Order: sequence, then C-alpha cells, then structure tokens
Amino acid sequence: MTEVTEKMPASQPEIFRLGRVFERIALLAVWLALIAVYGAAMPQSFLTWGNFAIIFASYAPAAMLALAIIVPLTAGDYDLSVGATLTLCSAIIGVLNVWMHLPILLVLAIVVVTGVLVGLVNSLFILFFRIPSLVVTLGTTSVMTGLAQWITNSSTIGGIDDRLVMAVVGGRLFGVPYAFYYALGAAIVMWYVFDFTPLGRRLLFVGRGREVARLNGISVDRVRLGALVTSGVLSALAGILYAGVLGSADPYSGLNFLLPAFAAAFLGATTILPGRFNPWGVIVAVYFLATGITGLTMLGIPLWVTNVFNGGALILAVTISQLTRSREAIDIG
Amino acid sequence: MSTSSTLTKGGRQEPGADKPLPVLHVTNIAKSFGGAKALAGISFTVMPGEVHGLLGKNGSGKSTLVKILAGFHAPDPGGTLSFNGKHVHLPLKPGDFRRLGMSFVHQNLGLAPSLTVLENLRFAHLTSNERTFINWRDERRQTSEALARFGLTLDPGERVDRLSPVERALLAIVRAFEEIRAECAATGRPGLVLLDEPTPFLPREGVEKLFALIRSIAATGSSVIFISHDIEEVMTITDRITVLRDGAVAGELETAKATHDQVVEQIVGRSLAQRAVLVHTPAEERTTFARIEKLAGTILRPTSFAIGKGEILGLTGLIGSGYEEVPYLLFGARPSRSGTLSLSEGPAVELRAMSPSRAITFDFALLPGDRQNASGVDSLSVVDNMLLPDISRFFRGGLLRRGAMLREAHGLGTRYEVRPNDPSMKLSSLSGGNAQKVLIARWMNRKPKLLLLDEPTQGVDVSTRVKIYAALRAAASAGMSIACASSDTEQLAEICDRVLVFARGQICREITGIELTKDGIAEACYASIDLAGALSITIQPRSRVDK
Repeated sequence: MTEVTEKMPASQPEIFRLGRVFERIALLAVWLALIAVYGAAMPQSFLTWGNFAIIFASYAPAAMLALAIIVPLTAGDYDLSVGATLTLCSAIIGVLNVWMHLPILLVLAIVVVTGVLVGLVNSLFILFFRIPSLVVTLGTTSVMTGLAQWITNSSTIGGIDDRLVMAVVGGRLFGVPYAFYYALGAAIVMWYVFDFTPLGRRLLFVGRGREVARLNGISVDRVRLGALVTSGVLSALAGILYAGVLGSADPYSGLNFLLPAFAAAFLGATTILPGRFNPWGVIVAVYFLATGITGLTMLGIPLWVTNVFNGGALILAVTISQLTRSREAIDIG
Repeated sequence: MSTSSTLTKGGRQEPGADKPLPVLHVTNIAKSFGGAKALAGISFTVMPGEVHGLLGKNGSGKSTLVKILAGFHAPDPGGTLSFNGKHVHLPLKPGDFRRLGMSFVHQNLGLAPSLTVLENLRFAHLTSNERTFINWRDERRQTSEALARFGLTLDPGERVDRLSPVERALLAIVRAFEEIRAECAATGRPGLVLLDEPTPFLPREGVEKLFALIRSIAATGSSVIFISHDIEEVMTITDRITVLRDGAVAGELETAKATHDQVVEQIVGRSLAQRAVLVHTPAEERTTFARIEKLAGTILRPTSFAIGKGEILGLTGLIGSGYEEVPYLLFGARPSRSGTLSLSEGPAVELRAMSPSRAITFDFALLPGDRQNASGVDSLSVVDNMLLPDISRFFRGGLLRRGAMLREAHGLGTRYEVRPNDPSMKLSSLSGGNAQKVLIARWMNRKPKLLLLDEPTQGVDVSTRVKIYAALRAAASAGMSIACASSDTEQLAEICDRVLVFARGQICREITGIELTKDGIAEACYASIDLAGALSITIQPRSRVDK
C-alpha cells in the first residue's frame, strides 16, 4: 500500500505575499487607527505628548511582564505567576526599603534574587515532579499574593527611596519617561536572543517539539528551567518598575496586570512575526491595549469596560489571525 | 433460510449438509489510492461460529480491507457485501458496522486508560443519548455479568491502566462482543468480531487466555475474524485461513488440513523448496565498528551483535518482536535495561547511561520512525529543522548567520533533491517524502559514524525511496555504519549487507549472501516464530503494575 502523496506547493502568488505583509503590520495599523479615532474625538486632551508619556510610562511594567511571559510560552510552559511575582517584589521593596531602611541597591539585588527563586520553585514542581505548568503557577500565584499581603500587613507602603523613583520616571528621553526604555531594552535583548542566537532556536524547538529537541541532543529540562527563571527575573524587574512608577508598594493592584500581559503576549503573536511569540509584537500589543483603555477612560466610560476591552481584544485578535491563516493553532497547547 | 440462520452451538457445520448462511460474504472488493492498487478485487466468506484467520505481509491489503469494513475507506465500485444474507449497500459509513452486528478491536485496543473497567466496558450505554439517569448499581451488575460470561474476574471499579496488557486486551474483546450482543439477541442472527492484531505485545500465556475468550465467543454462534502476523497463532485458533498477497486472495485454507509451510508459501508467494538463486555480493571482510553486548529493552531480551564499519545492518522481524527498539536503545532515546556498547576505536559505554546528547558526542544519529512527533517540527522552517543539531556552527561574532544557514540548507536541499528547494518554507508544506529527505540530510550532513534508522521510508513515495536508498549506500561506502530497523523486506533486501531477524525479543536468524532477498527475509520472519518456540523461551508475564 503505497500512498503516493506528492503535494506540489507552487511558489506563492503575489497577492498571498501581500497578505502576509498586511498580517504582520495589521495590529500596528489598527493601533494607529485607534489613535486617529481618539484624536479626532478628543483633540485637546488625547493628542498630547503628556498623555502619551503617561501611557508609555505607566504601562512599562505591563510590557515587562508580557515579555516575561513569552519566554516560557515559547518553551511550551505557562507562567501565570508573573503577576504575583511583580506584586511580591514591589511589596518586598516597600518593606525592606521603607520599613527596614535597607539601602535601595541591596533591596533591588534581593528582589532580583527573589525572581530567580520563584523561577526555581516553579521549575522544581514543573520539571522535577512533572506537574502541569498551569497548575503550578496558579498555585504559586496564590501563595505569593498571600505572602505579599502578609509582609505588608495588607497596606500600601509609601515613601520608597527617591533614587528609584527618579531612575524610573524622574527623567525623560524624547519626551518619554525612562520606564519605557527599560521595557524597550528588555525587548531588544530578547529579540537578539530569540532571533540571533542558537539559544533562541533551542527554545523554539523545545516549545514546538519536545521529543524532536531531545533527540537532537538538546537538554530540554535545562532550557525549560532557564525560561522559567528568566520569566521570574523579568517579572521581578517589572515589580521594580512598578514600585518606581507608583513610588509606593501596593500589595493588591499588581495582579491586575496579569490579564493584559497575557492578552498582549498572545496578541503580539499575531503580529510582526505572526505565529510566534515575539518581543516586538508584545510591545506593539501592550501599547495598543494601553491606548485603547486610556482612550476609553478619557471618554468617561466606566471602569468595567477595561476588562471587557482587554479580554475582547485578545479573543478577537487570535480569532481573526486564525481565520485568515486557517492553519495550525498558536504554538502552545 | 430461516432455520439455517439460527445460532448453532459450536457453529462448525460439516460442509454440504444444510449449508448455513454466511455471516459475512464479500465479493470483488477493490481499492486504489491514486494509481496504486491496494486491493485488487477480494472475495471471501465467514461462516457462523467460525474463527477466520486473515494473513498477509505488510502491504498485502489487510488493513485496507479492515478500513473498508469499518467504513473508513470507500471501496471502488463493483464490490458487494452481504451480512447474514442481507445485501448491504457500499460504501459503508463510519459506524455502520455496529448496526449490522459487527465490531472491531484494533491493535491499540481503544480503551481509555484512566477510566475504570466499568466505564470502558459500558461506554456506549453510559454515553447514549437515550439515557437520562445512570443507575450505577445496575451498571455494575451488567459489567460483572458480562465479565463473568467469559470467566473474567476483573474488578469493575479498577482503572484500566492498572490492568496487565493481557487483561486490557481481554477487556477490549469482551467490550467488542458486548457491543453487538444486543443486536444479535434482537435479530437472532450471529454477529462478527474482527480482531486486528491483538496479540503481538502479549506474553505467551496471555495469548492462551485470549484464545479461550475467542473460542467462547465462537461458541455463541458469532464469528471472529482474527488478523495476525503470527502463523502459529493463526493455525492454533482459526478454522479457516484467507491469505492475502499483493492485494488479492492468494489462497484459502482449511486450518486443520494446512501445514505451516503451506501457509508461509501462500504468504510469501513461492514454494519453500525452490529458493531463488541470487548472487549477492558476499559480505566482504569488515572491521568491526561497534560491538553490542547484552542489550535489553522493554521487549528486547539480552541480545548481542556487532556492526561493521561501512556496513548497512538490517533489523527486522514481526511486529512486537523487539527489533524496532534497537535504534532507540542505542541512541539512548529510550531506556535500556542492560547492555554495553564498545566502539572498536573508542570507549565502551554502559547503555543504561546513554542519552541522546551523549550519543551525539559519539557521532551517532537517529532518524525516528515517527516523523511528525519525534523527527522534525512541522511548524518550523526547513532550514531550522535541517540545521538544528549544528546550529552552534552558525553562531559567529555574536550573531546567528542566517544567510550562511540558508545557503547551507539550500546546498543540502540540492544534494538530497528536496522539492521545492526553498529552505525558508515550513516543513509542513513539503510532501512526506521531501520532508524525510530534509531530515535525512540533517543527519547525513553531520557525517555520523553510526546512523540509526527506524522505518526510514514509511509513507514515502517510490521515487524518493530510490533516492534515499542511493544516499544511504553512498554514505555506507564512504565508511558510515548504518543500522536500519524496518518491516519492509524489499527495502532491507535492497540496501542491507546483513539482516538480523528478531523473534520474541531475541535475534533468531542472521541473513547474509544469497538468502538476502525480499522473500528470503519475509520467510525468515515467519519461520522465526517456530524457531523461537523451539528454543522454548519463557517470557516473563507483565504482572499488574501497581501505581
């Protein structure tokens, strides 16, 4: 029984390639269209540098968080604990710096180590005990949220070292506060690793085909561990940005970043490099969502719309990309 | 008419005397795929209460026939099928067979391992739309009754993955019979259970239990079609045998009157006495590349052999005989129970400590049979798939040199005739044969000292096959040692210098020289069961796995 299947994929017609280009920049175009619509509606308030400066700065922690998520996502693992890591880390900054008067640099070092530890704890259960990442990180989310409330006595701690605040939002470059450039820097580093190093290829193969990666001599568990630790560290950095942006440590609001960050991660995978989690897509997606929400808020639409917008944008974007491509699902199962 | 179709105990009527209606009667069933004819007009009959064996090599058309009966494939027009004397319209729709009173047990058994015996056995009833409420006590009683009917003592609440392989097979067969029992009771007509290779992974004692179950099904008057590669088993359990060869019925035999040799002759297609005289180049003197001692895996029992430098060594046998494990064990892709590998120019390796990354440092390469899940990633590009193991080579000056990668992949694509040769395409957009060329090129490019293959040309078209063979032979003559596990005897005859035939987890024959032909190998595979039997091997029963 020889099943002769000789598909002949002819070279792609012009229109098809144009479609691909459009697909890559579609979200960017929608973002610009959104700005145009809001701008037309509120020329005085929306279309100002000040407004955009606030959007860029206040969503920098969310951008960092979304970048954190796509590292383990590319390796095929979910990390839901990034939001709680951000919360815990900013709480630690408040407690150690404000209440215990530790120098800020030492505190930041401790926070980064905390991020590493979170990654290691997640890895222990995911890789050693072979528990699904979704379950483990959902659990650690709850644990860390509780810890953050415990150490802060469930209160917001104000008065964080000015030097941190200054470093995050104290200055501007081209009119945009520093905070944005930290996220941009992380995106550039990630772009380099994802696209221009063998490590990036390994990460991708581990996510798409564990068995293929293993049989090609890649140490799958080590790559997954590295990805989880990286997302821990990046969300710790997001926590630092968050504390800097607010100038205080809030043990509650950090988790609100989780959904927009996930929305941005998946939305980002429909653009720039469609079908792949990619840092530039994430940046575009985060600021697309940020613009949408800010505009709605300025139009005086009630707060609940924010959640509807975030969730709706995610599902709609992924659906559209699925329909136009009519091929395999996004690379995580 | 009506009297002859009543169920008869034992069911083995003397021919001639009041001939009963056949349960299944097919004529002129044909099927072609594209240009290739898989079935060229098959007719056969299964009588009530009969255990009917269906034998044939891989590719003889057995599985196509099964798929037609199951409603997966539509046969070419012109064939007929009647069930208990009633003409049935072809093609069958999937699931139609149940309504007729026919059910299937495929090799994977189709059980849900994490569910209980009861849930698996009563699956159809539990999920039926006509139910509004599940009476668990009643379900339990029905399950126990069904199991007791065949003398099985399984706990209805036990999870299926805690059962031994034999118990699982028995459960699947009981379920298949239960599915059609109601239908048979309603019409008073016999049903038909089709068993598609249920035995290859079972230990000997397990097969006995399975046979007892088959006999008790036949004793109810229903019929069983038993498909197996194992001639001995078929001769033990069946009343009649239909042998398929090259898509046609090669012969029909009464089991009681047939001999083992006759059956092999029908399968292989030539008499055992007249061996084809074919001058094969005599195995030249080779230096040994590696010596493998006492290699054991899941099925494979301690086995020793050697591979010569520049030799293409074939590994074959019937399915479940253990040969298919060898490439994976040597590469460390699956855990070995024991074994050492000593390279003649290098160290001796304990195979229990082997891992793929370690194997790669020894310049071994493995091309798995499962192309889609283990070999390449469909959603990534050809260039990434091709150059995955040596990606580090392209990392210079802190950057991955994409241009150099594409150039190298294009060059390899030209050399291995990948069509279309566009390395930036996704692997999924290539045909099966071309995807396989990409993956072969990946490993060939590294010039491994030992290339391990599992079914390298499965699902690959004929012209590609020829190219792959040529590439393998060229590599071997340049000094690469190749071990190729395959069930395709033609392929083995074409490329191998030497073939090891496995049976029941051990090497039972080594074929070289003039015997190394397609038919010679096939014959050895079928004969191997006798030999293994003669060695009176005791296979450890896989007892209940706790936790």
